[in-house]
Amino acid sequence: MKYVDDFRDARLARAIADEMRREVREDRSYRLMEFCGGHTHAIFRYGVTDLLPPQVRMIHGPGCPVCVLPVGRLDMAIRLAKEEGVTLCTYGDMLRVPGSRKQSLLKARAEGADIRMVASTMDALELARENPEKEVVFFAIGFETTTPPTAVALKQAEAMGLRNFSVFCNHVLTPAAISNILEAPEIRAMEAVEIDGFLGPAHVSVVIGAQPYEYFAEEFAKPVVIAGFEPLDVMQSILMLIRQINDGRAEVENQYTRAVTRAGNETAKAMVAEVFELARAFEWRGLGEVPYSAFRIRDRFAPWDAERKFTIEQRRAAENKACDCPKILRGAAVPTDCKLFGNQCTPQTPLGSCMVSDEGACAAYYKYGRRRAAARPANLEAAE
Amino acid sequence: MCHAVPAIVVEVLDGDMARVDLGGAKKTVSTALVGTVETGDYLLVHVGYALGRVDPAEAEATVAALEEIGAGT
Repeated sequence: MKYVDDFRDARLARAIADEMRREVREDRSYRLMEFCGGHTHAIFRYGVTDLLPPQVRMIHGPGCPVCVLPVGRLDMAIRLAKEEGVTLCTYGDMLRVPGSRKQSLLKARAEGADIRMVASTMDALELARENPEKEVVFFAIGFETTTPPTAVALKQAEAMGLRNFSVFCNHVLTPAAISNILEAPEIRAMEAVEIDGFLGPAHVSVVIGAQPYEYFAEEFAKPVVIAGFEPLDVMQSILMLIRQINDGRAEVENQYTRAVTRAGNETAKAMVAEVFELARAFEWRGLGEVPYSAFRIRDRFAPWDAERKFTIEQRRAAENKACDCPKILRGAAVPTDCKLFGNQCTPQTPLGSCMVSDEGACAAYYKYGRRRAAARPANLEAAE
Repeated sequence: MCHAVPAIVVEVLDGDMARVDLGGAKKTVSTALVGTVETGDYLLVHVGYALGRVDPAEAEATVAALEEIGAGT
């Protein structure tokens, strides 16, 4: 596939790895956080960790929407789905995530709730149009990549006067979460998470651009390299971070120039700004309440806001205390530190959200981690 | 969740829609978020929407930079 295969060449990956080995300093370590779960997945799927010099350590960040959604919000969605006449639509990843009291959307569906998996907000709109007797609620989750499609759907619902469609909004923001990780020194000191640089997300940055990261580079003196999702993109970006750290630079660099500009996608940003405004705070799994880290639906679109249309309040939810997801999401623990990992908690029987989504660190460790003990693959083509 | 896929526009349709080819599979996607598109444009497609574009010249430049690292070793 064009613009994919070019960035999976194993020979070039080894050449970049050789270059890293030449350039890393023996006397220091390079603790790099890949914020985005898409990068976590790519790093494991293509065995990138096996190619890195021992001084370089990748720390997995909280950029997995399914993983960071607090159980209380999922419980709200489950209660919504059980309301009379409601059809709840969501992206597939959410269905198996465990809520309180061993509930999940999948279980609610087995018990008779009308819950549909959709591939696009357009499918949810279509369902609402075809079923005027139903209240179709789109359970919207995700970072800046899934937010614009939700904005388009809300604008279309308004234009069509589609009153039986609404959105349960859980869209969250990447820069706010990175700030939170950097601004919590007491947590970092306690849990010893030191980060020397960030791999910036690929497709989130296609939308928001490179500009929002300039703040971290300046304010926290941490280098950021925006990286594409293919294995060579990740390798080249890590090399760029090593060079910045060696030079004592803290800049925003863009490796993924074929898709990311400084300003991002202006059309998408304008549409998001028209439909959403910042919520004063939003709870994240693992990070707690993060100020201005999520969107809420503007008053103009109130008739399509599920939280105003239905009476559903967020209740305190019980987390599984043995689950280390919150610590893993902060980069303070690795999946294998968790007692449940690979025992009670597997992708077939997930107890924590990080084991559900492909982008979750636990799922990536489980799926690919065990292969790493085996011989290194001859090329970087996916191990599937 | 945030992983878009590069796809080439094979047909521009009405109502901000386009038919795209995703490495062999054809799909109809919304182009409401990227403005006017033309046949042959490369888009990044996610959850039924084009979120951005792929710049062929920049892609070539990145490949060339990677090749340079490869040639140096």
